[in-house]
Amino acid sequence: MSDLLAARSQMAMSLAFHIIFSVIGIGLPLLMVIAEWRWMRTGESQYLDLAKRWAKGAAILFAVGAVSGTVLSFELGLLWPNFMRFAGPIIGMPFSLEGFAFFTEAIFLGLYLYGWKRIGRRAHLASGIIVALSGVLSGIFVVIANAWMNTPTGFTMVDGQPVDVRPFAAMANPAAFSQTLHMTLAAYAALGLGVAGLHAFMILRGSGNPFHRRALAIGLAVGAPASILQPISGDISARVVAETQPVKLAALEGQFATERGAPLRIGGLPDVDRGDTRWAIEIPKLLSLLAFHDPDAEVKGLTAFPRNEWPPVPIVHVAFQIMVALGTYMTLVSVWALWRWWRGRSSIALADDRLLLRALALATPMGFIAIEAGWTVTEVGRQPWIVQGILRTADAVTPMPGLVVPFLVFTALYIVLGIIVVYMLRQHIARVPDEPAIGNREPAPGNGSNADGVPSVGTA
Amino acid sequence: MIQVIQNLTIAELTAWVIVVALNAYVLFGGADFGGGVWDLFASGPRRERQRSLIANAIGPIWEANHVWLIVAVVLLFVCFPRAFSGLATILHIPLSLMLIGIVLRGSAFVFRAYSYGPRTEQRRWGHVFAVSSLITPIVLGICVGAVVSGTVGEALATLDRSAKEPLGLAPSVGTGTASVPGFPSLYVHPWLTPFAVAVGVMALALFSFLAAVYLTVEAEGDRELQQDFRQRALLAAGASLVTALVALVLGGTRGGAMARLVGTGWSLPLLSASALAAGVAIFALVRRRYRLARLAAGGQVTLILWGWALAQFPLIVPPSLTIDAAAAPARVLGDTLLVLAGGAVILVPSLWYLIRVFKAKEPKESES
Repeated sequence: MSDLLAARSQMAMSLAFHIIFSVIGIGLPLLMVIAEWRWMRTGESQYLDLAKRWAKGAAILFAVGAVSGTVLSFELGLLWPNFMRFAGPIIGMPFSLEGFAFFTEAIFLGLYLYGWKRIGRRAHLASGIIVALSGVLSGIFVVIANAWMNTPTGFTMVDGQPVDVRPFAAMANPAAFSQTLHMTLAAYAALGLGVAGLHAFMILRGSGNPFHRRALAIGLAVGAPASILQPISGDISARVVAETQPVKLAALEGQFATERGAPLRIGGLPDVDRGDTRWAIEIPKLLSLLAFHDPDAEVKGLTAFPRNEWPPVPIVHVAFQIMVALGTYMTLVSVWALWRWWRGRSSIALADDRLLLRALALATPMGFIAIEAGWTVTEVGRQPWIVQGILRTADAVTPMPGLVVPFLVFTALYIVLGIIVVYMLRQHIARVPDEPAIGNREPAPGNGSNADGVPSVGTA
Repeated sequence: MIQVIQNLTIAELTAWVIVVALNAYVLFGGADFGGGVWDLFASGPRRERQRSLIANAIGPIWEANHVWLIVAVVLLFVCFPRAFSGLATILHIPLSLMLIGIVLRGSAFVFRAYSYGPRTEQRRWGHVFAVSSLITPIVLGICVGAVVSGTVGEALATLDRSAKEPLGLAPSVGTGTASVPGFPSLYVHPWLTPFAVAVGVMALALFSFLAAVYLTVEAEGDRELQQDFRQRALLAAGASLVTALVALVLGGTRGGAMARLVGTGWSLPLLSASALAAGVAIFALVRRRYRLARLAAGGQVTLILWGWALAQFPLIVPPSLTIDAAAAPARVLGDTLLVLAGGAVILVPSLWYLIRVFKAKEPKESES
């Protein structure tokens, strides 16, 4: 394994690991706040129970997300010192802002998790809302920095050095809006449908506990609208890519020849040596229509670019197909679920449609897989560049040899950590609460005798 | 003094802001690591009570405390990209070790707090939490020691000289003039020096000292626990003193920044102030005036940190890379400072609220 490949692998592995926790960190606080708000409105203790259970999950996942995010902020320099020397000042602004958002999130998460008895109920709910908001903001800022790597702006190159650096102009790069929109919706879709699917599975397993129905409804309320909006944002993203990164578009579509009225390929496997994509279902003119909103528009193929600027085409194409396929499934299930909800005039009726429950349970991991695939598209699709058209990944890597060692060490660390997190979450999910009658009321926080949200640690 | 402040460049001002962030990290995050150390060395009949006091003290605030490190790192790579990339290159190994420590510490702490598993499982997380709290401060201190002693800067200059194209890591040393040095001389020897290790152990002793002193205040209302942590604080104070002396002796043999630490106009007053703060802290501990001890201990550690920063000033990576030479364009620094000021308007009240909610003393309710 070359040092460059080891560095890329370590970065990819760290991001793939961290992104799961980031997505949950964006979505779960929203679910938790909705549950708490429902509890305050209705007084039904199951909502409080949900809020507390989600809060505990959020605590575990946020902590792992915080430390794996710290690792990434250092890895930028440990693995790509030349990239950071070049890009640090230009894309530092979103990272600084992210620092603040993350700080705010950490402060109010502490208040939310440990403050059930210490602050008033309104202050408590407000803390949760701030956690949910700052989580989204953190994600947006980080994605803006990534968007800059795809469409770098806000500086002028003179003799290989960036001059006239304008940090805010760098933030307003062409891909910033489409990428942040796509990622934010993806986070809500993945987490919302993930939670809904998990509880659909519990209902299918025979748990008649109304607790699961409430969790299913809140998960759907967040996940379904996001899933339904996602194709629109996908369209916006594709058009930005078509305009700013035509090589990436050609790779993800498996488009080798430049042609007018290019077809959309579903599935298939690009063969770089033969120069075509085999076994794909081709829908005439659809790619030109989607990418440029004109069925006869010219789509540049890979052959229009020098071979040493091609990304690894099969990986990008296949990852893109996976993302679109899973996203389409999620959109369709969401439409179905919302239609049932509207027809039944109640979220409770949803849980009686076993076919729908099965479809939802199947969707549980899909959003997360789609996100990993989507990041593969955007990151691998930008290769061989670390900053599109400006700095090659090979020129950005650290001069330190033996990078395979840290790659293996961090991979082992994250595998162990991943297994432990799954084990911990299973423990939480397995502890289904008892079944109180619906409408069982519980006093609000601050009134003394309610269930204790403070975890007891090491007490005898 | 006023003259100095008037002559500050915007880059130097930004560098001092980073020192402020590091200072906060040491005072808050450092104490959390120290808490882990005392979890590891919990002993005697009140062992479990000690551990739960530590966990309750750290629980609500450690995430926020940890962010100070991220703030410092982000500011370093935004505002001083040359320094950041240089440090990350030469200190790859200790920084990676520190990251592993941070990952294990943070995750083991929440795993323990939220474990539904059997008691033995919670203890296992407790051990991981405690051991990683022991290692991380040492590695952090090693990195600081290596930077201040100038070995990192020298390694960067060597790396630059051996490169075919200028890497621009160290100022104007020319390229292609030296053969490629071996792996250890670039990536191990610069930080694995007796002085750097001494600074690492000193960091551990200081963090443990801070934590023990804070815990005497956290334990208010429980005289036995207070007594436990009072003893530990005094022990750690002794250890910090010894390690500080060792570091000074080892560092004195090297020139540059260390010479400035002991031999310039401001160094004597600063060192005396630090020693005075240490004396006050020990006196207050002996007299059981815990709040005074907390103030003095915080002051002592702060003075040490600023002493280090002043000893380096105006260098960011001794022996030759200056703050100004490593800095990003002035516009970037200006915008960043502006955002920092704006962010502080939100952050400071939020932090104050967090600390007030969890650290304000109130009549002890039954919490456990």
